[in-house]
Amino acid sequence: MAQVNRSPKLYDVCVIGSGAGGGMAAKILTEGGLSVALLEAGPPLNPEKDFKMFTWPYELPHRGAGVGGKLRGELNNEFMAPNGAWTIEGEPYTCAPDANFKWFRSRIVGGRTNHWGRIALRFAPIDFQSYKRDGLGSDWPITYEDLAPYYDKVESYIGVFGTKEGIPSAPDGVFLPPPKPRCNEMIVKKACDKLGILCVPARLAVITKSLNGRQPCHYCGQCGRGCTTASNFSSSQVLIPPAMETGRLTLITNAMAREIVVGKNGRAEAVSYIDKATRTEKKIHARTVVLAASACESSRLLLNSKSPLFPEGLANSSGTVGKYLTDSVGSSGWGHFDALEKMPPHNHDGTGGMHMYMPWWKFDRKNDFPRGYHIEFGGGRHMPGVGMFDGLCNDEEGYGVELKRRCRQTYGSGISFSGRGEMIPNADTYCEIDPDKIDQWGIPVLRFHFKWTDYEFLQAKDMQETFRAIVESAGGTYKTKTSSDGPYPHGIQEGGKIIHEVGTARMGADAKTSVLNGYCQAHDVKNLFVTDGASLVTSPDKNPTLTILALSWRASEFLLEEAKKGNL
Amino acid sequence: MTTRGLTRRDILKTLALGAAGGSVLQMIPAAAAEYAHQMVHKEKAASASGKYAPKYFSAHEYATIAVLCEAIIPKDDHGGGAREAGAPEFIDLLTSENEDYQLALGGGLLWLDGFCTDRYGKLFLDCTSEQQKEALDLIAYRKNAKKDPTLSQGIAFFAFLRKLTCDGYYTSKIGLADLQYIGNTSVHEFPGCPPVPEA
Repeated sequence: MAQVNRSPKLYDVCVIGSGAGGGMAAKILTEGGLSVALLEAGPPLNPEKDFKMFTWPYELPHRGAGVGGKLRGELNNEFMAPNGAWTIEGEPYTCAPDANFKWFRSRIVGGRTNHWGRIALRFAPIDFQSYKRDGLGSDWPITYEDLAPYYDKVESYIGVFGTKEGIPSAPDGVFLPPPKPRCNEMIVKKACDKLGILCVPARLAVITKSLNGRQPCHYCGQCGRGCTTASNFSSSQVLIPPAMETGRLTLITNAMAREIVVGKNGRAEAVSYIDKATRTEKKIHARTVVLAASACESSRLLLNSKSPLFPEGLANSSGTVGKYLTDSVGSSGWGHFDALEKMPPHNHDGTGGMHMYMPWWKFDRKNDFPRGYHIEFGGGRHMPGVGMFDGLCNDEEGYGVELKRRCRQTYGSGISFSGRGEMIPNADTYCEIDPDKIDQWGIPVLRFHFKWTDYEFLQAKDMQETFRAIVESAGGTYKTKTSSDGPYPHGIQEGGKIIHEVGTARMGADAKTSVLNGYCQAHDVKNLFVTDGASLVTSPDKNPTLTILALSWRASEFLLEEAKKGNL
Repeated sequence: MTTRGLTRRDILKTLALGAAGGSVLQMIPAAAAEYAHQMVHKEKAASASGKYAPKYFSAHEYATIAVLCEAIIPKDDHGGGAREAGAPEFIDLLTSENEDYQLALGGGLLWLDGFCTDRYGKLFLDCTSEQQKEALDLIAYRKNAKKDPTLSQGIAFFAFLRKLTCDGYYTSKIGLADLQYIGNTSVHEFPGCPPVPEA
């Protein structure tokens, strides 16, 4: 760190992070006429070179298992779009004893929108006011009606398939036609109908018709690898390019933000960052700062931005930065189906995700736990990969012609189910700065605290019972065994594992108990906005990305108005 | 890259703790995979016969791995086996990069040869096919360790190799054909499910 370079240029806005929240802000703000410097901690993305669309496993020497087999069976195997990882060399985080929190981070233009499951669900009206109903947690400072026009705009722009169903817990949106169901989905749908469980076409940010110059989906089932035709949504391919076209966006990659610098007047005036390539510290001066580095990374930056005016970290007069952390409740299971063994070989790929799903269906009755969950499911004759026959090998052992015959016979005959439910924020779950550890850029790292409570355990129990009921009702055999004790009762997953960690700089009507107002603007610092998942007050049983996009669009329009009025 | 300095004692000690666990994940940039791909390609081209030159295993170990792979997924009337599918190369490549694999597989091979020497007076490769089958039938099932706990190391080794062999086989061209996977292509409209045959 030989020198500190001062950029003479003053940008209207510095946006930190290029994922859903940051990409959306960059698009709306540049189109609104502002100059934007966009900082991304990872490298640029080159879809033609980086994406593995249509690659066969035998075309990679490690067949997808990664160097030394270390990505075997992992989400971020070699096929996945680049630079999304559970572990980043030189950028550690720590966990308090027993917390065992998992933190998936993407260091690449577009962030985790390159890697997400494209499940695009609106929060329901009740989700913004669930405290009023059951007295748990807090209510949002905004209502569904405030956000609905932005859900409309987001869906219309990014493209989401689905069907209008009129389900109170899962509001309809602006939908493209859904793809036809796969065999496993037809079998499950039939069983759900018998059991009175809602099972409807999924809602994924994958376009089934051309939209804004993007080609429709070609049904290779590989969204997670990145799509060279941009037929699914990612910030890198759908939000950053139009922002670039305005001529008002300056994208700075490999830029690890270290501190938001505050002037004597208490306003944000610059962002200090480490230029990873040269290991030098640089500064971007801007009239306004939009923070969207991902929920926990954003709270880390706020907590690390200490100054005499803000001794507990920036925008943290409430002491709630890092608090109210939640992840989705997750529990999974699978069943075997003789009926699927009998299916003739056929192209089952489809879109890169489920074509049907189960929205929360028990919203109209008293349950053993608060709030609810939805069910995602998949299975069938998708492209084989490493680890595919681990279960069979464990169960049946042996070798030779018989093992080979059983692999052939059972291929595609499993259906797996994953519940995704709402966690109630608790005082034992939060992140803070670890006083004893820094990363390779000299930036203090996060330490996580995480605890599930009975609310979540009971939800996971209900998930397991439901999966079993569906599988057995569909004539299958439920194979997953879970127990009610141990560190992960009923198969509940480690905190963070569902990659829906949100809430660490929540919005609220009261500046004493929240960080942001309803427009994602910091109560304490008027020219600072946080437009990623940190702003969420609750994390209902819906994947957060669509809501982050809508909140960021809404916040960006507000920012434009305020800038026009000269309030920033 | 490799750690050939491991002693037989190290290997057996670690093997007793169970086969490769842990999942220390690293970010794998696309460029690294491409680099490795070219590396294997170059090395194949460079060796005089065009045959694969093992990166980690000795010639004897590699020959044993190949026989075991082929025993796990053999050629049958549906198509070729694991050897033809390149499973031994795949396993050797991963093993050359992973110390846990080196312990599990290197140690397992030592165990197998020791077992066959004790029982038949010969290394596994030198045994008759009947003797090889007898040995594999013993280490292919966990239940055999209940009767004879000395088999447990061999059973752990074989269980691990079985999974890696399936990985190598079912990610190969002939393995994918054996499963009759159809897809990985561009289609205008997703056709949905073909008619479900009556149960």
